[in-house]
Amino acid sequence: MLRRRIIPCLDVANGRVVKGTRFVDLVDEGDPPELAERYALEGADELVFLDITAAPERRGTLLDIVERTARRAFIPLTVGGGVRSVTDMRRVLRAGADKVSLNTAAVADPTLITRCARRFGRQAVVVAIDARRMAEPAPDGSPRWEVLVRGGRDPVGLDAVAWAERVTSLGAGELLITSIDRDGTQSGYDTALLRAIADRVEVPVIASGGAAGPDDFIAAVLDGGADAVLAASIFHRRIHAIADIKAAMAAAGIPVRLSPEGAA
Amino acid sequence: MSTASPAMPRTRRRAKTAWGSDPDRLRIAVVDYGAGNLVSIEQALTAVGADVRVARHPGVLDEAQALVVPGVGAAAPAMRRLARQQLLAPIARWVREDRPFLGICLGLQLLFEVSDEDGAAMFGVLPGRVERLQDAPTLPHIGWNQVCRRREHPLFDGIPDGADLYFVHSFAGVPGGAGAADTILAETTHGATFVSAVAAGNTLGVQFHPERSGADGLRLLTNFVRWAGGR
Repeated sequence: MLRRRIIPCLDVANGRVVKGTRFVDLVDEGDPPELAERYALEGADELVFLDITAAPERRGTLLDIVERTARRAFIPLTVGGGVRSVTDMRRVLRAGADKVSLNTAAVADPTLITRCARRFGRQAVVVAIDARRMAEPAPDGSPRWEVLVRGGRDPVGLDAVAWAERVTSLGAGELLITSIDRDGTQSGYDTALLRAIADRVEVPVIASGGAAGPDDFIAAVLDGGADAVLAASIFHRRIHAIADIKAAMAAAGIPVRLSPEGAA
Repeated sequence: MSTASPAMPRTRRRAKTAWGSDPDRLRIAVVDYGAGNLVSIEQALTAVGADVRVARHPGVLDEAQALVVPGVGAAAPAMRRLARQQLLAPIARWVREDRPFLGICLGLQLLFEVSDEDGAAMFGVLPGRVERLQDAPTLPHIGWNQVCRRREHPLFDGIPDGADLYFVHSFAGVPGGAGAADTILAETTHGATFVSAVAAGNTLGVQFHPERSGADGLRLLTNFVRWAGGR
């Protein structure tokens, strides 16, 4: 049976892993390949590198990091941030990434999704959607969410669920859904948002934003219908070990990979 | 002034242009036809002790002792790129001569006759078609899933039956014709059950990605190197 995945997310700025709440108060957390290897040994099922480097001309360091990581951590790697063309994607894959994550660039030009999927297959194209709950619900009273870009700052006038369906039809192979309301708050994933999207798309949905403890991971899967759950600070700060979260998920009846590495 | 996007500078790829000098290391050619992540398979095979060269043209195959064809994505563009790089005939000959071969994901699917994904005609060295996964709750099938063995093979030495390995695909080969069942090494279930590893003589193929499957994946590649070295 297909396992539900746990994915540590590493925010990378100028070649270092940083932590902070939405791009402010960044604190240095270490060398990306070192952290990646540690997480792989601790049972991470995949890794996401999110490049939040402000200056595009310094992005070369990211490719170097990806290549050094591919040498040490033999689990799948997704890279997001700064991919704006098929050529950019090719460079990231050639450095050792398995997938790229498109966000702002996909909103600016949705054909980028299709072009990337045609060239490298849809399984290599993750579309990241940053969503915020709208004050005004739908006419039938159900909640609505809007899409934000530029690191969750700017609304672009798109309904998040409709956008999720659209990017899937354009060629996205996976969706990374971040609740901007919950991100950094440790108040749990927005399971209503996840469920609204998971019920409408065939591709796997990755939950992001709001993890505090094992119960949140369980809720993201059982209530939200997520195939994978992403978190950053609770792993960086060693608040919870991946193995402990997996044990709790397994106890809740969720299939997880209890890896030989994780058992060590 | 470069015309390339300033956002993602070019990397300095250290492409190896000659085989190493250690005769004890198995010389493996890894075919590069632009279908996705080549670095991880190159790094993983190197990590388990092989002498790896990336093959973008047929010449690299001359002194290779084993051939690995990785790849993800669709069959038709892959076959076109292999043709453009004049690799179709050399790969077909390699498999016909029953030399040690490992196809990974798309590299396995290409061995069958025809793909339902885009109607592509492929190598046809394994009887059967490539079909979309049936009754799958999610597609693509992405993530770790159990590989359940149907017969013993040195490729899986030391790997527990039912071990979790990493998959990324929507299609899989369906062996056909007489003796099809004998080629099946392992199966996996996502919705319906599909074939996740095959062996026909010295031609091996896996639908999962051993280079992305942690310790068990590295063990499988170690087994391949040892097994191919003993041929």
